[in-house]
Amino acid sequence: MKLNKQIIVMSVLVTLMTPAVANEVVTKLLQDYRNEAVQPFSADAGRQLWNNAFADASGDKRSCTTCHTSDPKQAGKHARTGKRIEPLAPSVNPKRLTQEREIRKWLTRNCKWTLGRECDAQEKGNLLTYLNSI
Amino acid sequence: MKRWIIMGMGLIVVLTLGWEMKDSMADEDEYWERTRDVATVTNPVYKEECGSCHMAYPPGLLPGRSWGKMMAGLEDHFGENAELDSATAAELTRFLVENSADAEPQYRRSRHITRDLSSESVPLRVTELAYFQHEHREIPTRLITANSKVNSLSNCNACHQKAELGSFSEREINIPQHGKWDD
Repeated sequence: MKLNKQIIVMSVLVTLMTPAVANEVVTKLLQDYRNEAVQPFSADAGRQLWNNAFADASGDKRSCTTCHTSDPKQAGKHARTGKRIEPLAPSVNPKRLTQEREIRKWLTRNCKWTLGRECDAQEKGNLLTYLNSI
Repeated sequence: MKRWIIMGMGLIVVLTLGWEMKDSMADEDEYWERTRDVATVTNPVYKEECGSCHMAYPPGLLPGRSWGKMMAGLEDHFGENAELDSATAAELTRFLVENSADAEPQYRRSRHITRDLSSESVPLRVTELAYFQHEHREIPTRLITANSKVNSLSNCNACHQKAELGSFSEREINIPQHGKWDD
């Protein structure tokens, strides 16, 4: 009986913890970024950046949400072509955040498109932490 | 004895027919190859890298010089950032040039595209090609830009149901919220 209870408690704990557990690729990337970042990575800061709007050259607003929606667990749509974008959150799309090259490529491209510049290590770490936490 | 002769002749007839059928099937394959619109895209790297944001356009829709120029400017790819690491970019440029319209004249559409193009022009948009515009000249904008299921002529596969296979036959057209296209 006591053992059963322990198993239940453990299972609940594991379930609660799972979304926040980073896979090897994310762990390695976060380690790389941490060497250049000033503060500990924060999912909250990542969420803020995700929802922040930045003005492009013509004054139009751009944000991660423009293509990915405000909920990374939802599918999005490419702003220009309309092509479907599968959800970014690994909790609903396990293929996401599993290849270092892909993560680096899209962070480079999409920070430049959205913010008009590359993201720094702090911002990238926050974003990854956010996506991994939801 | 007579039975043997009849059976032997029967066998010869069957074998000959079989052989001819095999020949005509090979001819048909070749015919299909010769008249196909453009080559089907099979390169997995190209499909992944270029097909994430838009249809992986068949390389046979533009001449090699166009692909070279496009791949050299991925940081500003029609207003989007599509930059790639240099190794992948080089690999894809090679693939695109080797399968471009001028490298694949056996394909019908590729041949038309090249023929209607001056050797100095380096078009970056398939939709700007004289041949492309000629082929789409009769389609009213209400079916394209004013059609929420199509939006743009760049969206080949919105109407050309086998575009991803490199086939643009008129019979395969199905315009969303309109239907078949007959001109």
